[in-house]
Amino acid sequence: MVDLSSTYLGLKLKNPVVASSSPLTQKPETAQALEEAGVSAIVMHSLFEEQIIHESLKLHEDLSRGAEAFAEAMDYLPTYGQYSVGPETYLETLRKIKRSVNIPVFGSLNGVSTGGWIEYAQKIQDAGADALELNIYYLATDPDLTSSELENTYVTLVSDIRKQVDIPIAVKLSPFFTALPNFARRLAEAGADGLVLFNRFYQPDFDLETLEVTPNLVLSNSNEMRLPLRWVAILYGRVTADFAITGGIHTGLDVIKAVMAGASVTTIASEFLLRGAGRAADILKEMNAWMEEKEYTSVMQMKGSMSQKAVAEPAAFERANYMKVLSSY
Amino acid sequence: MTSKFSRRPPIPDEAPPFVREVLGKIIAGEGDSLPVSALPADGTFPTGTTQWEKRNITLEIPVWEPDLCIQCGKCSFVCPHAVIREKVYDPAYLENAPASWLSADARWKEFPGMKYSLVVSPEDCTGCGLCVEVCPAKDKSQVGRKAINMAPQPPIRERENINWQYFLTLPEANRTQFSVKSVKNSQLLQPLFEFSGACAGCGETPYIKLLTQLFGDRMVVANATGCSSIYGGNLPTTPWSFNKEGRGPAWSNSLFEDNAEFGLGMRLTLDKQIEFVRELLPQFSAQVGEDLVTELLNADQSSETGIRQQRERVALLKQRLQAINDPRARDLLSLADVLVRKSVWIIGGDGWAYDIGYGGLDHVLASGRNVKILVLDTEVYSNTGGQSSKATPRAAVAKFAAQGKGTPKKDLGMIAMSYGYVYVARIAMGASDQQTLNAFLEADAYDGPAQIIAYSHCIAHGYDLRKGLEQQKLAVESGVWPLYRFNPALIAEGKNPLIIDSKEPTLPVSKYAYNETRYRMLLLSDEQRAEALMQLAEKDAKSRWGLYRQMASMHYNDPASGNGKDSEGQHG
Repeated sequence: MVDLSSTYLGLKLKNPVVASSSPLTQKPETAQALEEAGVSAIVMHSLFEEQIIHESLKLHEDLSRGAEAFAEAMDYLPTYGQYSVGPETYLETLRKIKRSVNIPVFGSLNGVSTGGWIEYAQKIQDAGADALELNIYYLATDPDLTSSELENTYVTLVSDIRKQVDIPIAVKLSPFFTALPNFARRLAEAGADGLVLFNRFYQPDFDLETLEVTPNLVLSNSNEMRLPLRWVAILYGRVTADFAITGGIHTGLDVIKAVMAGASVTTIASEFLLRGAGRAADILKEMNAWMEEKEYTSVMQMKGSMSQKAVAEPAAFERANYMKVLSSY
Repeated sequence: MTSKFSRRPPIPDEAPPFVREVLGKIIAGEGDSLPVSALPADGTFPTGTTQWEKRNITLEIPVWEPDLCIQCGKCSFVCPHAVIREKVYDPAYLENAPASWLSADARWKEFPGMKYSLVVSPEDCTGCGLCVEVCPAKDKSQVGRKAINMAPQPPIRERENINWQYFLTLPEANRTQFSVKSVKNSQLLQPLFEFSGACAGCGETPYIKLLTQLFGDRMVVANATGCSSIYGGNLPTTPWSFNKEGRGPAWSNSLFEDNAEFGLGMRLTLDKQIEFVRELLPQFSAQVGEDLVTELLNADQSSETGIRQQRERVALLKQRLQAINDPRARDLLSLADVLVRKSVWIIGGDGWAYDIGYGGLDHVLASGRNVKILVLDTEVYSNTGGQSSKATPRAAVAKFAAQGKGTPKKDLGMIAMSYGYVYVARIAMGASDQQTLNAFLEADAYDGPAQIIAYSHCIAHGYDLRKGLEQQKLAVESGVWPLYRFNPALIAEGKNPLIIDSKEPTLPVSKYAYNETRYRMLLLSDEQRAEALMQLAEKDAKSRWGLYRQMASMHYNDPASGNGKDSEGQHG
């Protein structure tokens, strides 16, 4: 019997298969199903500060629509005492899921203001989250903003939150940083216990019939894990943080590759959405069978075994050029 | 004093005396100073008076881009206030056109070599933006620019006023020269319902305006109390209007509870008058001409051409009757106009049709008389402040349904269909403008009662009405509002009368509903109940679709199906 356990953010997990945010992680029943199938932890969807602000303003605006039209239009819709447009809905879901499972549950947060980040981070901690993932993304569209200014903002934010919360913190990153290893080290020094690679940004598409920019959310495939695989392999052993690979993990063999690169865990959403929560059991079974066949005794044994530091030809990770890839055929 | 301009008079000087001296006083807030003798003794008011009340309530108006425009007519079709107009005209009219006048070559095969212009009445527009939303034409080099775009009104007000005034002098379309059966063509017809006081972006008025474009010159309207009676005939002005020949809808408003009967009374009166004229007319064959009498009594008035010919005959008849010194000739003269086919419309909202006036509505449908009913369904009592009606759908919040309505919407169309001889249609112009047009034309052509239920977006739904047409589309795609036409005339041809005009629902009801505050507010206050009701609403949509589909697939030419020959007996 192989030992599948792993450690991530200082927590001992029974295996490296973590369920990442999807509709399945938003309800106690489906969270339980994921736990039963064997996942070792659950990452909640993000609490978006911007959405909370937007929703409150929009609700106010919509409730008073048309009030300028005539007297009877001033109160079309009955008045409720309370609306759950604040963070309370999110926190209540977190509490419910926490109550319904025994595995660790990680909160996730996307803030706008420093005050908001800290306030909601504390609330997520108080609601019982075992760790907090900071889903920081700022799409830099302003040509006046330099990369170092942007990186400093991230680092300051992590350090500010670190001072205010006690639970472990992971930072979810986008792949669009010029000097990722340096930035990753600065985040770790600022207090990040783990780095999650990478955020899958919503990529707008064009509808050629209507000439409109349309949202296009597609489920991942295994090819997508190559990007985080390379970067975890490069960062492992050089940056003192745990790593999670997110995006593109679909099979037990994908999980094994991630661990060999140096990841402590992999987080999975698309595969569970496609095949149901029960798919976690198959993934674990596949891992187990492969490891038994190849006579691995534990996940810890193979963790980082194919990181850049550990392989015979470290330059393989630096081959980025198309010409070189072609010549290797 | 720092102002560089002074307040304009409430009514321009060129308005007719009654409008200036009586209505103008009321507009100016000086109605109390009017003597009782200034008011019409019989309570009738002149129509077409909103054109004199320039309200200037918007900061932005649409501006036309002739080079991008495909002349589809959709902007004009959806305009709730009839401020977007279009005409096709002889190029000779460009000679005296204002310098800022815009035009394009007309894209009609019926009108080779003609010019086309689309104009906006700058001071009547409410700035709702529906026209820009519906415009399908985008600039190939900058897709954010459409063939019609909003622009600040004050700097272009005077310029556009000059264009508008010139537009009014161009001749109206000759209704006999083209088919009105396409959306594009329908917008060449002059609307006889304009510049109402309805809310910006109103979902009801575009339907009424279209009715007047199609039938306005021979239309009689009974209007139930509700929004449509307020914007339709609120003193001092009325948006119901008339054309250059002086023809336009005759309109009156009755109570919530008796409007259908009120309209039936108009029909019965017309029928009695027609009967009397048909009795009298042959008695004057010798004097007015036997051929004329035969033609008058047997005229085919199913087309615009047929109606015009009948009008010419009636004019000739009246001319010849003038010379006859006989009291019966005087009677005939006063009633001769009823020989031109009239279209009697009974209009109101869901509060009237589903609830308070329902008994009468049912009674009138059952009568089998030739009346047309238009239900402007906002799914709530819009005018009195948003009370729930039996048209309010499950899961929506309204007054008296503060916890979200627990029961489904009453299927008013299904009840009417059960008669078998009532033309029924369910329409939503945002989802299919052509189906809306088809339903109106078929209802008018059907020799019997008709009932059209029109999805009308409303400020009471709690969202930006610029998206009203998009919401209509989602209502149809989610199965909340299936489009259909039930035409009993098809039964006689051995065909199933029910034609479903929308596709099988593919969108979850929640994707439609939660764009609107009337649904979303429940989700934000009582999530559990909201979700439970939404699940039931999903089931409602599915089961209704399944039922309609089964009904639409029944064979009417097969006696074994329980219809066949029997159905012919039901007809009419």
